[in-house]
Amino acid sequence: MTDSPSQGHSRRKFLKGAALAGAGAATAGMARANDPAISVQPWMQELGDGVDAAPYGSPSPFEADVKRRNVEWLTADPVSSVNFTPLHDLDGIITPNGLCFERHHGGVAQVDPAEHRLMINGLVDRPLVFTMEDLKRFPRENHVYFLECAANSGMEWRGAQLNGCQFTHGMIHNVMYTGVPLRLILQEAGIKTSGKWILPEGADASGMTRSIPMEKALDDCLVALKMNGEALRPEQGYPVRLVVPGWEGNMWVKWLRRIEVGDQPWHHREETSKYTDLLADGQARRFTWEMDAKSVITNPSPQAPLTHGPGPTVLTGVAWSGRGTIPRVDVSIDGGKSWAEARMDGPSFDKSMHRFYYDFNWDGRPLLLQSRAHDSTGYVQPTKDQLREIRGVNSIYHNNGIQTWAVDEKGNAENVEVS
Amino acid sequence: MSRFLELTLAASLIAAPAVSEGLGLGREATPDEIAIWDIDIRPDGTGLPEGSGDVFTGEEIYVENCAVCHGDFGEAVGRWPVLAGGRDSLTDERPVKTIGSYWPYLSTVYDYINRAMPFGNAQSLEPDQIYAITAYLLYMNDIVDDDFELSHENFTEVELPNAPNFYPDDRVETELAAFSVEPCMSDCKPSVEITARAAIVDVTPEETAAKAESMAAAEPEAAPEPEPTPAAPVIDAELALAGEKVFRKCKSCHQVGEGAKNKTGPLLNGIINHAAGAVEGYKYSKALAEQASAGLVWDEATLAAFLANPKATVSGTKMSFRGLKSDEDIAAVTEYLKTFAE
Repeated sequence: MTDSPSQGHSRRKFLKGAALAGAGAATAGMARANDPAISVQPWMQELGDGVDAAPYGSPSPFEADVKRRNVEWLTADPVSSVNFTPLHDLDGIITPNGLCFERHHGGVAQVDPAEHRLMINGLVDRPLVFTMEDLKRFPRENHVYFLECAANSGMEWRGAQLNGCQFTHGMIHNVMYTGVPLRLILQEAGIKTSGKWILPEGADASGMTRSIPMEKALDDCLVALKMNGEALRPEQGYPVRLVVPGWEGNMWVKWLRRIEVGDQPWHHREETSKYTDLLADGQARRFTWEMDAKSVITNPSPQAPLTHGPGPTVLTGVAWSGRGTIPRVDVSIDGGKSWAEARMDGPSFDKSMHRFYYDFNWDGRPLLLQSRAHDSTGYVQPTKDQLREIRGVNSIYHNNGIQTWAVDEKGNAENVEVS
Repeated sequence: MSRFLELTLAASLIAAPAVSEGLGLGREATPDEIAIWDIDIRPDGTGLPEGSGDVFTGEEIYVENCAVCHGDFGEAVGRWPVLAGGRDSLTDERPVKTIGSYWPYLSTVYDYINRAMPFGNAQSLEPDQIYAITAYLLYMNDIVDDDFELSHENFTEVELPNAPNFYPDDRVETELAAFSVEPCMSDCKPSVEITARAAIVDVTPEETAAKAESMAAAEPEAAPEPEPTPAAPVIDAELALAGEKVFRKCKSCHQVGEGAKNKTGPLLNGIINHAAGAVEGYKYSKALAEQASAGLVWDEATLAAFLANPKATVSGTKMSFRGLKSDEDIAAVTEYLKTFAE
């Protein structure tokens, strides 16, 4: 067996290790003889529900623990607040709609699509109003994109705080959007040459607004109607939201009701008092839109300990970049002394989450797990200390530093920082 | 906005719009429609409506509409945003980011109050009221004197002190090159020490699932066989269930049920048929306290009137809630509250 990823491992070694471990410590969940599960179970005899029992299906009741969670002390109330995607319970790259984290500034608006309009005004040739039916008549496209809140990992600037990747990294989701290129809708209204910015606005009680440069608006933004094939969920902006690929989640205005074209930015609340990055010298960066490359190991992690004892182990995690794809992720199990390349698996889309695996034989000794994303521009995810050197600890937003989980000999994981 | 729009329209008529290859979808937005939705304000004053308001008027409106969350002096209640103070704190260990210490533009204050405040009753204030509140916020931040009046005419003359301290994202210059180098793969450091642990900080939420399970398991024991007591009101369960949904509108300020505490608003256990203004430890508005001492009781009729239009029923209440529009919602939420009889 090996505990050093840099040495790699052969298939034969791997199997040998598994056999040894299996013989040594039979733990719960491992197949063994005289297993009471091998019996005639009730579901083998009794009939189950018919096709009319669940017209819209739900997960198995045994998965009831797989859910979004919030951190009560973070915000004044649950209406202008956030909850977190249970990354440790998911695999692959797609986030199921009901598990996509939520961030609202005035609660979930329940919008009647028949009473919803999208208005385009400002520096356009023809200010226009669209119904939802109108929007469905534009040519549409499908794209998988991650949406990450700029404050994801924001609680970790001063040091390890929250125990679980759901809480440290769960302000992200990754779904396939079906939507109309924003370019087509703006062209329908005709952008004046002086139109350099847009101001999308939400129909909720916070009237969310953000300034977005025209270049981005005409590049890859979508006016999305569907997520993962079905209508957007109310908490994700039903019936229509803006998709701003690779850029911070706050800009992806939900319940989109209006887009104004202007010649300069508006400097509204969410781009001045919030979503600006205060540095150590008291100055602040504004318009920090792009999400830097980032990764996290989702299993094992504090909410998903290793329960099987020593032997073959599937370490896995997710990585993403607002600037492109993730061709490579490195993994360390010794706190960054040595690294090995993880196995990338599943589709690789631009500005989408990527899945990586590192299959190794755990020798039962404590581990310090880290992952490090490389994006298609050559950018390598920095350590938290590298970020602090440049930004200090008060910037709240855009913390993409390398995460460390300490796994003890029992397999329990804890959020730590290392030298 | 209307002047801006006229100019835009005039310009487009003169310049003859570039013909774009449209699909002919949608219809033209009328100037009146645009005026209803286009309420945004820019730092150069674009979009400001005519109006004015002074510090003293602003204080009154602020105390009635804003202080319940933001505190009488902008110091904030609980974790609601602090609005005043914090000057020269941006390099401190714990910076206090307020309108005076951090926000770069006054237009942002006007725009935000106008579009999103008071919380739960957005777009309910008149321009003069917003100018007045904004003037009061400037006063609380020591930016203007107490005799100051803010109007659309002098608005852009006000500069916020922290405006020069923002600059555009410079990560491309300051970070990208440094972070785009082939990293070390082996023997990267001689030793590794753990320097911080989340378990010591101990702020992770308890496993809510485990808590719920143990509560569910405990419930049958805790709840005795239903014993008909003469005083117990008959609850329409279906209506109460509908009321639970309506109560979401109240939840950001009010708690009810076991362990309920006074928050922004008083806890509501046993409120039905209870004397008004009598929840222990809650600081009521002067208006509600007066009505309470005059003998107001929250029976179904008085509560229905209050919930339909709080400000009209108890003028001066600090409950900044627009009111429930439908009688069914009022009946439902009342039924729901009845289930928390003490």
